[in-house]
Amino acid sequence: MRARAYWPVTIAAALLVGLLAYGLTTTGADTTLDAAMAKGERVDPPTTDSLPVLGGDGTGSLADYAGKVVLVNVWASWCPPCKEELPLIQETHEMMSARDGTVLGIDVKENSGAALEAVEEYGLTFPNLRDRDGSFVREWGQTGYPENYVIDRNGKVAAVRRAPVTREWLDETLPPLLEESA
Amino acid sequence: MRSLIAALVAVALLAPAAPAAQPRASLTDIEDEVMCLECGTALNVSNSAVADQEREFIAELIAQGKTKQEIKDALVAEYGPRVLAEPSDEGFELTAWLVPVVAALGALALVALTARRWRRARRPDEPDGGDPGLDPDDARRLDAELAAFDR
Repeated sequence: MRARAYWPVTIAAALLVGLLAYGLTTTGADTTLDAAMAKGERVDPPTTDSLPVLGGDGTGSLADYAGKVVLVNVWASWCPPCKEELPLIQETHEMMSARDGTVLGIDVKENSGAALEAVEEYGLTFPNLRDRDGSFVREWGQTGYPENYVIDRNGKVAAVRRAPVTREWLDETLPPLLEESA
Repeated sequence: MRSLIAALVAVALLAPAAPAAQPRASLTDIEDEVMCLECGTALNVSNSAVADQEREFIAELIAQGKTKQEIKDALVAEYGPRVLAEPSDEGFELTAWLVPVVAALGALALVALTARRWRRARRPDEPDGGDPGLDPDDARRLDAELAAFDR
């Protein structure tokens, strides 16, 4: 009789533990990409989902830049380190676009009005997509702002930088990739 | 006089209801229903730069005279549905709606079962629901004490 009374409690406890485990496993950042980069591997992007175009209609995705070297820059105007690196990112875009490459900005968690103000303020000419709630960059294992990912001409992730870029890092990383053919 | 009152009542009944005044939206009213996307907490308890920017966006819409619902719609359009402090009704987040209902039903069922069990347990000893009386041993002891007292 008493044993019969325990089973609903056991099931409820198991469900609660399951929910807790699910919560714990889904909150941590995905490190798959970092592990691949540490081994020097080039891997497929974690996601190439389409995102709304900043300051325009429709959507865009990495697939729109097939065959190009792409520096994906994760930024937001509420993030001071992101704003600090924007002039260097714009300069890099100008260098890359002359060599069949581009910067692709991913503006995260901000309204388009604020983002467009920053685009104007910094004179950004590279295309930007909007990751409205951060779910796109979460799939890339994002841990902070800004972050930069480099995609080679075959659409593979070739480098990841989870910190502001430096000129040295860009000079080391991009020229060899721009030299490659698809 | 009667016809005047009847006319007034008729006018009052036939007159179209005045449109309900739309309450003016306020930041404090909206803040607790909106999430800071970066902090994962409600906007009214968030102090990050993202939260400040969201508050600024809401304040601009309030200044434009938008209603609370229009502001929430604009927030969803700009930041996606996760900006609202309520789980979506699909996928895993559906559990946030279902679990309280299931828990409440479970608690009700538990109370009903327990009450039934208590009632069943009491019936054999107290068919009329009255005083169960003394334990036979106690009754014997009482009789003995009374007998001794009488002597």
